[in-house]
Amino acid sequence: MKNKFIIKINEKWCKGCNLCIEFCPKNVLELKDAKAKVVSPEDCIGCYICEYRCPDFAIEVNKVEEEVPVGSEKTNKR
Amino acid sequence: MGQRKLISGNHAIAEAAIRAGCRFFAGYPITPSSEIAERLAELLPQYDGIFIQMEDEIASMGAIIGASLTGKKALTATSGPGFSLKQENLGFAIMGEIPVVIVNVQRGGPSTGLPTFPGQQDLMQVRWGRHGDQEIIALVPDSIQESYEFTIKAFNLAEQYRTPVILLTDEVISQMKEQIEIPDDVEIIDREFPSVPPEEYYPFDGSKGLVPPLAPYGEGYRYHITGLAHDKTGFPSSNPKVVREQLERKLNKIRKNRDEIVDVEEFLLEDAEYAIFALGSMARVAKQVTLDLREEGIPIGLLRPLTLWPFCDKELINYAKKLKHIFVVEMNFGQIVGEVERYAGKYTKVDWYGRADGRLIPPREIKDFIKERIHEN
Amino acid sequence: MKTELAKKYLRLEKLPTLWCSGCGHGLILSSLLRALYLLNIEKDKVAMVSGIGCSGRTPGYVDVHTLHTTHGRAIPFATGIKLMKPEFYVLAVMGDGDCAAIGGNHFIHAARRNIDITAIVYNNGIYGMTGGQVSPTTPYGAYASTAPYGQLEEPFDIVELALGAGATFVARSSIDEIPKLDRLIADGIKHKGFSVIDVITICPITFGRRNKLGEDPMMNLRWVQDITVPMKKAKDMSKEELKGKWITGIFRDEDKPNLIDLYLELNKKLKHSMVDESSKEGVEDVRRQDET
Repeated sequence: MKNKFIIKINEKWCKGCNLCIEFCPKNVLELKDAKAKVVSPEDCIGCYICEYRCPDFAIEVNKVEEEVPVGSEKTNKR
Repeated sequence: MGQRKLISGNHAIAEAAIRAGCRFFAGYPITPSSEIAERLAELLPQYDGIFIQMEDEIASMGAIIGASLTGKKALTATSGPGFSLKQENLGFAIMGEIPVVIVNVQRGGPSTGLPTFPGQQDLMQVRWGRHGDQEIIALVPDSIQESYEFTIKAFNLAEQYRTPVILLTDEVISQMKEQIEIPDDVEIIDREFPSVPPEEYYPFDGSKGLVPPLAPYGEGYRYHITGLAHDKTGFPSSNPKVVREQLERKLNKIRKNRDEIVDVEEFLLEDAEYAIFALGSMARVAKQVTLDLREEGIPIGLLRPLTLWPFCDKELINYAKKLKHIFVVEMNFGQIVGEVERYAGKYTKVDWYGRADGRLIPPREIKDFIKERIHEN
Repeated sequence: MKTELAKKYLRLEKLPTLWCSGCGHGLILSSLLRALYLLNIEKDKVAMVSGIGCSGRTPGYVDVHTLHTTHGRAIPFATGIKLMKPEFYVLAVMGDGDCAAIGGNHFIHAARRNIDITAIVYNNGIYGMTGGQVSPTTPYGAYASTAPYGQLEEPFDIVELALGAGATFVARSSIDEIPKLDRLIADGIKHKGFSVIDVITICPITFGRRNKLGEDPMMNLRWVQDITVPMKKAKDMSKEELKGKWITGIFRDEDKPNLIDLYLELNKKLKHSMVDESSKEGVEDVRRQDET
């Protein structure tokens, strides 16, 4: 069963506040050594709640077919 | 021959500000400076400028800093109590190196003091009124002509050295009227635009000179300014080396250019054995004293700082070496005399005469004091 | 996809933010950035001004003209910018103490003047940066480092304060109402006049710890859910039931002439033949029309 969504966590920015885990309706995420981790990506239904609940821009959810050129950290400089 | 005009100090300052290119004024009513605000409330809208009366002096100081960051020249005017309220934001303008001009029309102090009488009791507040190490530029006119010319000079210095400049006048000079000649052409200095493109621009980069250009808002240069200690990019830094370098540059941009900034009037000093050291309205009295004593055969002159800060240490020392005695006269209980003793005391005798009761000290009193001291030794 | 939207306006190289794990400020920032994205505002046309406190560090992360001013004074600095750059969107982000304690005088006057600035208040009812002192919006009875026996004063209602002072766009929301907050902030920014958005947020490490919520952000967020009531629901609740609650929604959205437009109109009317800088004659003594 191919995942419909890709969930990317920026471990440098994630502060392990646990909010995304608390709000994910499908328990896709878990807190492991103070960082959010994707444990069952196949269950993700693309509701983006985790993105809305993250205070640190540390989680991104994208549809699989969406070829989103995820900007590297430098592209956005000035 | 420029246009002649009978005008008050306050109105001269207002009109000179327009001439200097000032297009924003934020202020708050306070005797004896309110006429500056009133005149600019009339004039600024005619020059596509903005006048706003803010809710207090703190807000006024904040508003002119915001306005200046958009690339415009901005002014505020106040007196002692208001000047005290502005100190924290003035410190911010020093830290952020943001050009603004603040007129402080001194009145009798402390506190509410003597609103309708002169004083020279803010001299050290002008220098040290803010917490932390800093340099400041303060000009002190002693006439309406100088009130006009020094306003333009204040804006030029602010733009040139990217710093707040204080125009330090007092109730006498701000309220009285004199005929002035409005200079035909005046030098107007505008801040330097960055020579590098936005992606290479850092608002506090001292590598090309002590005064980095300040890019105006809205031209593609998006940068950050904070009151926190910061590095060349403008973002906060508490790295001791960076903190020291930035602060030293902010001090040195004025200290190292003091010869261009500092100006004094040397009146009858060529052959003088004695000199009076006085500024602002008291210098007018001191000039009369000098002339009267000269007639009595006493070789005396007057050294008058046009820039109170940075202090005219070199100029003072130069004369102190040749003088038997320097008499400091000021409308306070001893403020600038400390600086004069600090520099001239090594070379000559320094005496002080003054008081702060809201009245100009009459010439006769000063003459008697000087003659008595001269005949003592 | 939502984080991607916010990233457009971020200074990515400045992240991660300095805010504590689970602090609500990052939620307000991300909502604010999505609001800018919704309005598709040009970065070069935005100035973001802040005061002192945790909220004060917000502009550092945003790729617009940013100014981190002195405590309580964001609005006057912003006023100077707006008056000289009428076409700018000027935002003032403040903490509750920053805005309603030391900055209170500036807040009510900006509302009275109806200057086109959007004031976003990070209202967590505490002075977080300095270690958890009581603030003008700390709830009655709540504990703080300077209210060890419980706050004896009643808090400001920032919405009522803004309404009373004449702000023409006044709303309250919370960090629990995202993404609704995005739209609310966008409406506030779009509004031509003084806009106030009171955002109830959390400070787990100081407020939470001292008020039986602990440092767990979820516990603190549940507290926000308990003390906020949507306007529709509040309509049929008694005064008693509403005690200690913050009502969320838009309280006023009124178009009135705003200050900068009035100034620009005045200047146009008075268009003086510009005396060029080095002109010979000085400034004419132009009296108002009604004077002889």
